[in-house]
Amino acid sequence: MKDIKQLSVNAIHNGTVIDHIPAQNLFKVITILGLDKINSKITFGTNLESQRMGRKAIIKIEDKFFEKDEINRIALVAPLAKLNIIREYEVVEKMLVEVPEEISGIVKCMNPKCVTNNEKVTPRFKVVDKKNVSLKCHYCEKITDQEHMEYL
Amino acid sequence: MKNRSLVSIDDLSKEEILKVLDLAEGFEKNPSQQILNGKVVATLFFEPSTRTRLSFESAVNRLGGRIIGFSEASSTSVSKGESLKDTILTVANYSDLIVMRHPIEGSARYASEVSGVPIINAGDGANQHPTQTLLDLYSIRKTQGKLDNLKIVMVGDLKYGRTVHSLLMAMSRFNTSFTFISPKELQMPLEYKMYLDKIGLKFKETSDLAENIKDADIVYMTRVQRERFSDPLEYEKVKNVYVLRNGMLQDTKPNMKVLHPLPRVNEIHTDVDDNPKAYYFPQALNGVYTRMAIMALILGLK
Repeated sequence: MKDIKQLSVNAIHNGTVIDHIPAQNLFKVITILGLDKINSKITFGTNLESQRMGRKAIIKIEDKFFEKDEINRIALVAPLAKLNIIREYEVVEKMLVEVPEEISGIVKCMNPKCVTNNEKVTPRFKVVDKKNVSLKCHYCEKITDQEHMEYL
Repeated sequence: MKNRSLVSIDDLSKEEILKVLDLAEGFEKNPSQQILNGKVVATLFFEPSTRTRLSFESAVNRLGGRIIGFSEASSTSVSKGESLKDTILTVANYSDLIVMRHPIEGSARYASEVSGVPIINAGDGANQHPTQTLLDLYSIRKTQGKLDNLKIVMVGDLKYGRTVHSLLMAMSRFNTSFTFISPKELQMPLEYKMYLDKIGLKFKETSDLAENIKDADIVYMTRVQRERFSDPLEYEKVKNVYVLRNGMLQDTKPNMKVLHPLPRVNEIHTDVDDNPKAYYFPQALNGVYTRMAIMALILGLK
């Protein structure tokens, strides 16, 4: 088992491993965390077998450590994600993602008539369902569900 | 409620709702109290309205206040591309309270966040219209003597009608039993039915009007609009099915009243107008007392 993992994605020296990302949301996680814009060495694997979730993805980022608030931003697309903080090839800390009560500035409201899509207003939502993540707009009060989420 | 904006009916607790209704009752008994003397109320109507704007303005005038504002956006800087924020910041300089109707949903919540004076939402697109809900509650309590344990039948466009959604949310706090009567295309949205299930309130969904109003305390009619139908043939099929006629009221309960937020087109036949059970014009008058009460509470004058 250990061998297969090593074949999939190489180990890192110092940095963060994000595991248990749903395979179909890998690139959303990359966008939300801005990993496409940083200079760290990044390796990722996707469509890996997972007993718990079918197909998963994993990202390893060299020399990058996240703040809790920063990492909770991916809760919408990877609510089961687990983070391993690596120092000198050893896991020194584990973190779980928590779906926040409120989110702002990450997702667009799906209602085209909402004020956030018509004036310069940052979208804000209350998380009404943490499991299947659905969001109630603070302004127009309409629900944006997982299927219709568009990231800013 | 002092200095607070009123954006959504959910902003008010049950106690605050009852306080508004009690105060409105006082204004109905004595509508000429000069308590708004020296106050300036701005009415910003970015979208047309008859009843809401005029009843607000009538309420301000009867209480001795002054009004500034506009009834269409085309005569203002909005037509030059001014943002809503800039308009609100400007008008807040000139007034003690802003009453606003705007076609964009969520605009009232946003305005309340940037404005230095309280905002009363007089309708933000298909979203919220809390003062209509309060005047509906006032009308229901006045005609039935109570709000608890009533049977309310809602008829017409239950899908897009913001008044029925807000009324449902407000009345759900009073152990109401609901019946929804609408064409299939315009049924009550799932989220509201799920909400009623969750709080354990019973409701019935049907498409037959005449049979289902017999045990109602309140029949709340709404307009079925042609533009809501993707298939014009469907509209032609249902447009006369949801018309209330005087003959249908014969076997209804003696305390029953017919309400309608107005404007009506043809969903209540004019032969109902002279029936004592027709209450939609007095309902519109109640809007003046209710809005007096809301403004007095927000300005801290009562």
